[in-house]
Amino acid sequence: MTALAVAWQILVAVALTPVLVGVMRQVRARLEGRVGAGIGQPWRDVRKLLAKEPLAAEGAGPLMSAVPVILVISSLVSVALVPLLGIATLAWVPDDLFVVVSVLLVGTVALALLGLESGTAFGGMGSSRHMMIAALVEPTVLVAVYALSVPVGTTALSSILQARMSDPTTVISPVSLLALVALSIVVLAETGRLPVDNPATHLELTMVHEAMILESSGRDLGWLELGSWLRLTALLGLVVNLALPWGVAADLGVGATVIATLAFSVKLLIAGSMIAAAEVFLAKVRLFRVPELLAGSFVLAFLSVTASYLLV
Amino acid sequence: MTLTDVGLLSQPVLAGLAFIAALAVNDSRRSAIAGTLNALLGLATAATGVGALLGEPGSLTFATGIPGIAHLGQLALAPDRLGGIFLVVVGVVGALSAWFGVGYAHGATATRAAWAAYPIFLWGMSIVPAAGDAVTFLLGWELMALGSTVLLHSEHATRPQVRSAVLWYAAMTHLSFVLLLAGFAVLIASANGTTWEALAASPPTGVSASLAFVLLAGGFATKAGLVPVHVWLPRAHPEAPSHVSAAMSAAMVKLGIYGLLLVTLRLLPDGPRWWAIGLLVLGGVSAVYGILEASVTSDLKRLLAFSTTENLGLMVTGLAVAMMLRSTGQRAVADVALVAVVLLVISHAAFKTVLFLGAGSILHATGERDLDRLGGLARRMPRTAFATSIGALAAAALPISSGFVAEWVLLQSLVHGDTRGPTADRVIAIALPITVAVVALTAGLALLTFVKVVGIAFLARGRSLEATNAHENPASMTVPMWVGAGLVLGLGLVPGWVAMVAAAAVGASGIEPAGLAGVALPSVNALLDPVSLVLMSLAVAVPIAVITVRAARKAPRRTVDLPWGCGGVRVDPTMQYTATSYAEPLVRIFDDALRPTRDLDVTHTVESDYLVREVAYRQRMVDQVERGLYEPVIRLLWRIGDQARRLQDGSVHRYLGFSFAALVVVLLVVTW
Repeated sequence: MTALAVAWQILVAVALTPVLVGVMRQVRARLEGRVGAGIGQPWRDVRKLLAKEPLAAEGAGPLMSAVPVILVISSLVSVALVPLLGIATLAWVPDDLFVVVSVLLVGTVALALLGLESGTAFGGMGSSRHMMIAALVEPTVLVAVYALSVPVGTTALSSILQARMSDPTTVISPVSLLALVALSIVVLAETGRLPVDNPATHLELTMVHEAMILESSGRDLGWLELGSWLRLTALLGLVVNLALPWGVAADLGVGATVIATLAFSVKLLIAGSMIAAAEVFLAKVRLFRVPELLAGSFVLAFLSVTASYLLV
Repeated sequence: MTLTDVGLLSQPVLAGLAFIAALAVNDSRRSAIAGTLNALLGLATAATGVGALLGEPGSLTFATGIPGIAHLGQLALAPDRLGGIFLVVVGVVGALSAWFGVGYAHGATATRAAWAAYPIFLWGMSIVPAAGDAVTFLLGWELMALGSTVLLHSEHATRPQVRSAVLWYAAMTHLSFVLLLAGFAVLIASANGTTWEALAASPPTGVSASLAFVLLAGGFATKAGLVPVHVWLPRAHPEAPSHVSAAMSAAMVKLGIYGLLLVTLRLLPDGPRWWAIGLLVLGGVSAVYGILEASVTSDLKRLLAFSTTENLGLMVTGLAVAMMLRSTGQRAVADVALVAVVLLVISHAAFKTVLFLGAGSILHATGERDLDRLGGLARRMPRTAFATSIGALAAAALPISSGFVAEWVLLQSLVHGDTRGPTADRVIAIALPITVAVVALTAGLALLTFVKVVGIAFLARGRSLEATNAHENPASMTVPMWVGAGLVLGLGLVPGWVAMVAAAAVGASGIEPAGLAGVALPSVNALLDPVSLVLMSLAVAVPIAVITVRAARKAPRRTVDLPWGCGGVRVDPTMQYTATSYAEPLVRIFDDALRPTRDLDVTHTVESDYLVREVAYRQRMVDQVERGLYEPVIRLLWRIGDQARRLQDGSVHRYLGFSFAALVVVLLVVTW
């Protein structure tokens, strides 16, 4: 039964993710005075790319095709583990936040290796920058996880979420707010959004994520795109559920699941639109200013932990 | 006769045989025979450890002294469970390294002296955790130091750096010995005997307890390569033959951790809190500094040496947290931290063996250990590449490796050590979040470091002729790596039983097997079952694989000529990122801590100063701890040495004067 709920969650996430990206692009386009390609465009892109042949440069190894699949699987597993729709979890694969972070890191590392495998200057450049950001994000993530886990006494996401659902006042406690702000900055950095990375850039020298996948095409690119978008859904979904724990299904019933699916879609799309709207007014910061941003978010996460110990 | 007894008895026999074989067998077969005997010695050591872990009593005692004249006491080998874990680690690592040595050792690394020193080194390492008293422990410690110094010296004829590495190593290892000797002397002074039981029965109190702790911790930290006494590691590990570096890094430095566990769990269990805080600082600084240096280093073996400092730092951090939590009465969580320490020990032993043997395999095939000159080896040496990548997976603490399990248990113990509310312990409330951040930063930088190792060495295209012409090594070298890689994955997939054994070794409770082969920590509400995680990943992988395979059948991959070059068509392997450029952003960010020396020469054309003919850029990473802490000391020693030379100027009159003065002083003292 739980397995079915998890499968449903994966399906919803996969169906919703291209819509989320479409909405974000559309919001941005409209705010910039463009017509935009429509909400369905990312879906059409993925479908088209998955059917196309990948082109490989001479000497590129099998990793060029393996990495996209690994990335998608890592994203799907994290989507399955994070409580997006309900708080029921599989007995032997608990939604431990450390495990979720590690599963996402597998995807991060696979992407970085892809960048190096291409054997071009751009790939290495993107890979190096990507890993630098990932390394510096890590302390914030784990300390924020720590802050959220202290009041509950466990790092299981569903327990953290359940505690928030039963006592919504904890959501606006200083501990929770500080941790959420820290986590939000982390999500932006991890998913390559502004101000850390510009997903719409066309200039190679400013690229991070795009530089790594520059050599990928066709089916490989399709999986890479879908995998990266799914990471956005998992992480953004986690943050919106922690911030607004309403509508999350407390049991496995059909009614609760339907409501949860609708509530989650609305929350996620609104959060995505807000990010897209904010991005219109943001410029990408210099690469070497990113550590300052991440250090700031680390300070917030750290304050959150010490507050969770001392302000009870 | 128990398994432990058999193991303890067979060790000296096998060590003796290996020693004799090394001296007696001629050049062509020496590596094969001595290597095999050493591998058997390793297996005997591991068997002893298994016996000790099963709780089978076993001991070997020697009476020392001059028969009929003086009786000096007994030397005893009597391993307990904690020693058993380390015996297994030493034995398995020693066996794999010796096996690798069969194919790897040649020329200067396969001389009589080198192979004769190997069993001394290995046997010394197996005496240390088996020792039942302080004197035997110190004897084993010296044998280990002696054997490893001779081995480190093997290649001194071809590389001048080896000599300086040997000097550093000998100096530091004797510093460690002197500190331990003094520390044990303080303990023995208050006890009735030298056995561990006697020492634990009447520990010193007050100032002398702290004195003993500081001396012993200093001695063990030196062997464990913690900052600031790590300086020998990044010199000795690169210069030693690779199968020796593997044994040194994966087994020998662990005995420093064994010593610390022995002191904090058995000999001086209830120390004041500042001991824990001291160890926490030592461990945290080592972890971050070690991995930071590793991440910006391009020499593969030097990088691995710094990564050893990082891992040992993590182990000491876990131990310190356990001590701290014990002092506030949170024994259950402290037990989890102790289990994490043992898991880190086992995991590091497994993956560091693989990584050093992999580095040796690369060195053997290309003659290079500079990552900047490697590349594309996955195609040339697929077996080495695959095994080393698995080792790197564990070093980066990613699932489904042993490193991931160990780090997960460590993190679980860190985030659950709390006393909340008004009675909250302020020290813990501040120390634990900082520790989590330290562990996280370490993990993040380790990811970057090992992506760099795998990506630069194995992927893309070769950056030098040596790399493009490399050939895979024979099975005698690749199979030991594969066995090690299998251990890494095995420990990562079925951690439940390993964690149970680890818990038994440190006397921890509250660790249970869970799921298919996972580990549950009921005291902190956590469960990890890697096999289930893998099954779940396979389940979601099925539709992806189906779609990919069907699409691939319709539209297969097509190879085109060139990668994207911004419109340019020059594609040269030297345009790829190197290990140095990969770490460049980090060097910039941590510039204040690393302070590399940079040298930029711009040559202009003769015709115009606006046109650049040539740019030369040199960057050298210098260990700042070494520069700041050791160079002044060394300079002082040189100066004292220079001054002392004035006493001896070769003049016979002066020497006669000295003798006369000495005679006068003696007469004065005697007749006073």
